[in-house]
Amino acid sequence: MDIEFIRENIPFYVEAAFLTARLALIGILLSAGIGFVCCIIRELRIPVLRQITAVYIELSRNTPLLVQLFFLYFGLPRIGIVLSSEACAIIGLAFLGGSYMAEAFRSGLEAVPQIQTEAGMSLGMKRMQIFFHIILPQAVATSVPVFCANVIFLIKETSVFSAVALTDLVFVAKDLIGISYRTDEALLMLVAAYLLLLLPVSVLCSFIERRVRYAEFGNTGIVSGN
Amino acid sequence: MQNLGIQVLFQGTNFLRLLEGLWVSLRLAVVSMALSIVLGIFLGMLMNSKRKWVKAVCRIYLEIVRIMPQLVLLFLVYFGAAKHLGINLSGEVSAVLVFTFWGTAEMGDLVRSALISIPKHQYESGYALGMTEKQVFFRIIIPQTIRRLLPSMMNLLTRMIKTTSLVVLIGVVEVVKVGKQMIDASRFTTPSAAFWVYGMIFLLYFAVCFPFSRAAAVLERKLRD
Repeated sequence: MDIEFIRENIPFYVEAAFLTARLALIGILLSAGIGFVCCIIRELRIPVLRQITAVYIELSRNTPLLVQLFFLYFGLPRIGIVLSSEACAIIGLAFLGGSYMAEAFRSGLEAVPQIQTEAGMSLGMKRMQIFFHIILPQAVATSVPVFCANVIFLIKETSVFSAVALTDLVFVAKDLIGISYRTDEALLMLVAAYLLLLLPVSVLCSFIERRVRYAEFGNTGIVSGN
Repeated sequence: MQNLGIQVLFQGTNFLRLLEGLWVSLRLAVVSMALSIVLGIFLGMLMNSKRKWVKAVCRIYLEIVRIMPQLVLLFLVYFGAAKHLGINLSGEVSAVLVFTFWGTAEMGDLVRSALISIPKHQYESGYALGMTEKQVFFRIIIPQTIRRLLPSMMNLLTRMIKTTSLVVLIGVVEVVKVGKQMIDASRFTTPSAAFWVYGMIFLLYFAVCFPFSRAAAVLERKLRD
């Protein structure tokens, strides 16, 4: 283990970590947006759009991000659509994440009991009012754990970005191995970088999850454990 | 020329080669999945152990797997093993190792949650009928656990298939690599090959994963009723 070598190369990793974090953040925000829109389209049963979102969700859930990125980065320029690697990465991540987020929100919506809708109707509320004032707030609360899991999943998925020539953490590590043959140091820093990036997110997620469990109080009939 | 690009897929044995490449990744996924199921069942039972330290060790293992991207694990094994253990693992072997390591943790967690979702009175009624511990476990608990496990297991399988696409980055010749070769070979004759080849690979993955995720969704709905 060569401490000096590690110290010299830390700046590369820091830069790469910021790139990963930035792309992941944009990608996650976009996918949350896409997921939300898809979920609302499905819930309100808007014709045509509903079928399109169903196809989109199945396509994106059943294909790997790496293949999606290759298609965006190498395939599309051949028919005249040229995207920068950053744009590819963000679009790819949002395309993948959108469907996962949509599923997260949907599971939240499904967990809200029918009786809530009926109560709203008997109060004379409109369909839209019931959805936005009664169902949605409860659904958001219950879908938070899945949402958090998706955030971690998406940050992890960014590790394939090196395949479309982005200098992310994996790219830097691979480069260092190639240049200096210092496999140990390069890999150690790679692992450390991902730990530093993901541990806080993971801790934050379990904290939020615990807080949110109060929101379910008295709502779910399902008893956890036995 | 532009709209003839799709021909690349059907020139010679190209399509067959793509399918062969796909088979390489599928084989990796199936082998790792089979190993993960066996090991995961044991891990799941360990996770429900009453001993605190066993639980803690399992927990740490699961957290490590959850936090580290699979690609990083692949790099660790593929580049790290050669240096430290002095063994030169092929890409495929390191892939099976890594995906089993990952799959076992995920499977273990599924088994754990399936086991605790069986209500206590199921055990108690078994004992009340005079069944032995073994009988209760094999005749009452296991059948119910499997029923609850099936959908999430299928989802894990599709995840496994999708994740095995990463092995192209450690030099295994699978479907994406074969596609690249095809594109390079026809670089001058059909410049638009990349679009069609990657598009086809995209659809192939979809064709493989879709039935499983559909089946998982159907089973899940069936279970609920």
